[in-house]
Amino acid sequence: MRRVVITGIGAYSCLGKNLGEITESLRAGRSGIVYSKAREEMGYRSPLTGWVDEPDLKKDLTRRQRVGMSEEAKYAYVATKEALENAKIDQDFIDAHEVGILYGNDSSAGAVMNAIDIIRDKKDTTMVGSGSIFQSMNCTITMNLSTIFKLKGINFTISAACASGSHSIGLAYFLIQNGWQDIIVCGGGQEINEYAFGNFDGIGAFSVRLDEPTKASRPFDKSRDGLVPSGGAATVIVESYESAIKRGAPILAEIVGYGFSSNGEHISNPNKDGQVRSLNMAIKQSGLSASEFDYINAHATSTPVGDAFEAQALAEIFGKSVPVSSTKSMTGHECWMAGASEIVYSILMMQNDFIAPNINFETPDEDSERLQIIAETTEKKLDCVLSNSFGFGGTNSTLIIKKV
Amino acid sequence: MTREEIIETTNGFLVEEFEVDGDTISDEANVQETLDLDSLDYVDLVVVIESNFGFKVKAEDFASIKTFSDFYDYIDSKVNA
Repeated sequence: MRRVVITGIGAYSCLGKNLGEITESLRAGRSGIVYSKAREEMGYRSPLTGWVDEPDLKKDLTRRQRVGMSEEAKYAYVATKEALENAKIDQDFIDAHEVGILYGNDSSAGAVMNAIDIIRDKKDTTMVGSGSIFQSMNCTITMNLSTIFKLKGINFTISAACASGSHSIGLAYFLIQNGWQDIIVCGGGQEINEYAFGNFDGIGAFSVRLDEPTKASRPFDKSRDGLVPSGGAATVIVESYESAIKRGAPILAEIVGYGFSSNGEHISNPNKDGQVRSLNMAIKQSGLSASEFDYINAHATSTPVGDAFEAQALAEIFGKSVPVSSTKSMTGHECWMAGASEIVYSILMMQNDFIAPNINFETPDEDSERLQIIAETTEKKLDCVLSNSFGFGGTNSTLIIKKV
Repeated sequence: MTREEIIETTNGFLVEEFEVDGDTISDEANVQETLDLDSLDYVDLVVVIESNFGFKVKAEDFASIKTFSDFYDYIDSKVNA
């Protein structure tokens, strides 16, 4: 089987609009969480959110290209442009090769709601305009990016709740490993508008630490009371080792393991066994032992139950030997994007020799005290990193990346 | 509504919606070529006409519109009917 590497990354997130800004935020332990007045007015129980402005793409793209782009497709465009640039892939190369796209996304509520509001008001479907359909479908990102960048390889969206972005990279890894594709644009996008999270807020999953927005997301901390939603997009260019070498591309990391599993139980409650199966599958593929990992980027979202199960699963396999942090302490939960963004954040840490802190981790509980949680930025050379992503419906994904 | 008002309003929203240079619009210029309209863009043309003038547009109405002069005549026939 072929070796698979990552040759480009890009991101547009509440930590920054490019890799440089994001690296600074990760190192500084800077939170991207704000209080949203619009959400308060809509009756959100928790109006907290990660925030990044929508990019203005008028100079980059034609009207026809932009008109079908949802908010998350715009984020994904910016992230993908950055990733392709640093992978040294230009349009001439794309035109001459079969480049695919597998991107995670699991909603486009803002676009759907805007269209429904118009249809209800005007009683005329034409009035939603020509772009609405392409903004509203779950595959809005892959539809738009495959058209804009003229991609000719595999092309579909992975909808797997909060593991969508991670599974997109894992599936690309398998396809490339087995020779079906050479290069796939992977990633995850997540809308931030106030329609995006109303029903998620409705089930009481969000933190209500409203007086301290930047302290609300506190994965593994004893006083955590829920997650903070967030969004943006992150892109990871996954490529065969041979292709990367042949075109002299930068090799940022090698993917050496992709584990997956389904809990087969509750729709929202996680369990330990499913996570352990996903972790063990990825670790077995990698051929590494637990002691060889330098850092774990945990899924931990700051929910009382979710973090407890992940702490139990990680403790069972790694004990206290491997440093762990959840970058969601700074970003909030980037949901459909998270699995991809956390690979980007992990690679930035690998490139710059540090572990980003799990901010707001002040007091461990009985589960998190069994882990080595990094609460302050720590200088460390990272060769081997594991990233977990779990989602509603019990979908689990684990990725392992290594320096080459 | 006078012809001048129709032209001013129409050109204003066409320039904004289709992001074209206003100088390219003239009575004899071809609407489809000037605005670079594809089949999907006609949906947006319906939306901006109805939003600005308040009458319903049917797709078949565009069959007889070739130039901007035809376009203004069509608007005139609807708003001054």
